[in-house]
Amino acid sequence: MSTREYEHAEVEVCPGGPLLVRGEQTVQTFDGDEYRTCGPLTALCRCGKSASAPLCDGTHKLLPPEKRP
Amino acid sequence: MQLPKPRGAFSADVFEALRSGPSRLTEPGLPAPESPDDAAIALWALYELHGWGFDDLDDDPEWHPSVIAVRGELERDLESRLRERWGGASPEGDFAETFFAYVEGHDGPSLARHVQRNATTDEVMELLKVRSLYHLHETDPTAWLVPRLQAGPKAGLVEMLYDEYGTGDPNRLHHHLFARGLDAVGLQSDYGAYVDDAPLEALEQNNVWTFFGLHRRLRGAALGHLAAFEATSSGPCRRVVQGLDRLGFDPAIIRYYAEHVTADAAHEQVAVRAVCGRLLETEPGLRDDVFFGAFTCLDQESRLARTLLDRWEADR
Repeated sequence: MSTREYEHAEVEVCPGGPLLVRGEQTVQTFDGDEYRTCGPLTALCRCGKSASAPLCDGTHKLLPPEKRP
Repeated sequence: MQLPKPRGAFSADVFEALRSGPSRLTEPGLPAPESPDDAAIALWALYELHGWGFDDLDDDPEWHPSVIAVRGELERDLESRLRERWGGASPEGDFAETFFAYVEGHDGPSLARHVQRNATTDEVMELLKVRSLYHLHETDPTAWLVPRLQAGPKAGLVEMLYDEYGTGDPNRLHHHLFARGLDAVGLQSDYGAYVDDAPLEALEQNNVWTFFGLHRRLRGAALGHLAAFEATSSGPCRRVVQGLDRLGFDPAIIRYYAEHVTADAAHEQVAVRAVCGRLLETEPGLRDDVFFGAFTCLDQESRLARTLLDRWEADR
């Protein structure tokens, strides 16, 4: 149990929510711009409704479940 | 910080014993708490012995057996009330999905919505004082969890704490950001400065953080509480930013809340998936406690919101 190998990705898709990015990564946004995350943890918007784009601001929770990413 | 004002004969005796000889706490004659306020302020002060301490008290009473005995009685009473309010069992299903749905399904009054739309400057100032009780040591009660976790949840928690604590830059450390915000709006930024003004519900909210954080037995509740807190932060902080902006508050306090909009959008994912999710992979028996902690977090915030909103409504 304690010696198992854990799953741990640099970039993680959160079902119904954002893209969770660890560390410094260069990301291309919806608009085609480059965005550099500065870590250690960044949540990037996947629903397209964030007022803080390209960052997630939790707005996906206001969408009905079928409209969430 | 000085010891707070007692709120009854019990807390008065407890504080006097801390000053003059803690053994008195387990001798006959200590009165029972005369009100919930009397018990809550005493417990709050006993917890602070483990935290930032008091300027008018030396550090010796922290582990005095009589202090721990009295603290234990107050905690048993607190826990039985919390468990009575919860009264439930955890919902079934995939943990992360179920947890997010559980938190979203909790319906309660919202202080953030009030700040966004209707609050006056005075009401916001009062709210900042109440929030200062926690925000000036934000995350500290959770840090006690670290040595009690196995590798998976521990790594997730520390990843989050590193961000909360400013990634090594004290200027980005969240409780320091809040302190600078308080300075900027002309409020005291010393830890505990407004404890005497805190309503019962705020004292209890803070006591719960520390209670869960200090007890290994309650690590599931502590992490569920943390995850629910993070999962109800991003959207409400966005509303608070809009309200502070509407009222023309100083950018330093707006920055604190703005930082939490995007930071907690990431932290909630880590707290639910990497911390609680991994905890339950290795310790599935803690699932009920995780949900108990989450419920308690949401319930405590609802109670505080109801108290403040009712008071402000009555004052209008």
